[in-house]
Amino acid sequence: MTSVWEVFRQERKGQAFEHAGSVVAPDIAFAEAYAHEQYGRRGESVALWVVPRDAIHELDDFPDELGRNYHRVDGYSLKVKLKEARERAGTATP
Amino acid sequence: MDEQGFLEYVQSGGQVETDDWMPDEYRQKLIKFIEMHANSELMGVLPEREWILRAPTLQRKLALTAKVQDEVGHAQLIYRVVEDLGKPREQCLADLISGTSKFHNVFHYPTRTWGDVGVIAWLVDAAAIISQKALLKCSYAPYARIMKKICWEESFHILHGRDVILTLMLGTDGQRELVQEALNRWWAPLMMFHGNPIPAENDPVVQWRIKTQGNEEARQQFLDGYVPQIWELGLTVPDPKLRRREDGVWEYTEPDWDELRSVVTGHGPMTAERLEFRRVTREETAWVRSVVLAEAA
Ligand SMILES: [Fe+2]
Ligand SMILES: [Fe+2]
Repeated sequence: MTSVWEVFRQERKGQAFEHAGSVVAPDIAFAEAYAHEQYGRRGESVALWVVPRDAIHELDDFPDELGRNYHRVDGYSLKVKLKEARERAGTATP
Repeated sequence: MDEQGFLEYVQSGGQVETDDWMPDEYRQKLIKFIEMHANSELMGVLPEREWILRAPTLQRKLALTAKVQDEVGHAQLIYRVVEDLGKPREQCLADLISGTSKFHNVFHYPTRTWGDVGVIAWLVDAAAIISQKALLKCSYAPYARIMKKICWEESFHILHGRDVILTLMLGTDGQRELVQEALNRWWAPLMMFHGNPIPAENDPVVQWRIKTQGNEEARQQFLDGYVPQIWELGLTVPDPKLRRREDGVWEYTEPDWDELRSVVTGHGPMTAERLEFRRVTREETAWVRSVVLAEAA
């Protein structure tokens, strides 16, 4: 039996690992060998993560029922208030 | 999402992941298109493989071996995409060998001389890169992503091909003749490579945004990029009608579309021999697969 292994590669030290693709292999030893040949043979990676596809849990639902914009920058529109404050302080440019 | 909504989504540049809902027709079109691409990578190494041992220097043997490894690697990456869409690799290989599925026209022709090897790596790979670059924007995201790596590797192939050609062109009259003869043999298949000029609105592969470029557009891009490079070496393109119009459009002799159809449906000069080679090696290596699977079990 073979299974799918997802491969993530790091291009340079300090960078984030990025999904590169996948390999099919009967076990981790083969998966490592295939990933090594497929995603690292030209020095394009300094490290690889080889992960069984089953071990990955994807979450893709992020509801925002309460419309919570107070913890995002789009929740703060200061233009009008700033104008008023400048007028009150007498620093507004005419 | 319904089929119409999906169509609008992909046409406006939306991308699809493996587990997303997709219309059955889209999935079938994807499988057929991507499978043919994978088949072509796999069959495309055979014309070059024949020359590994005959390559003129050790450096050339190594470079050609590396290119062959790259192309087989591309086949593996692309078959993975097909597998995730639901068609197992074993089935793809069986359909390839039985002639049920297709591969690109250029890989059905013989590689007669070392000049052919140079022309293949330079111009066949150049034509292929034009198609592959257009796939970077494919609506099916896993295919588009893998294309990035493939295009990156392909750039070495073209350089290797150009280096082979330049070296021959700097050699004897006989060597220059070798290149010209190879170009004469490969020009017609190269002009057919991007397919007949069907309008984009009649091409379902373009409608689903699997491909983002029409056939004729790709061919024009090829002519624009490479005819000047051929001419500057003192080579002649074997088409008396070839010329670049004032408005930038290339005119050329209409390729023989019947030949293209006949070749890709399995009647090319080397089709039978190369498929037989695949069948035999597949049989001969069956024990490796069974040992690997048994040991890992
Ligand atoms: Fe390739
Ligand atoms: Fe290539």
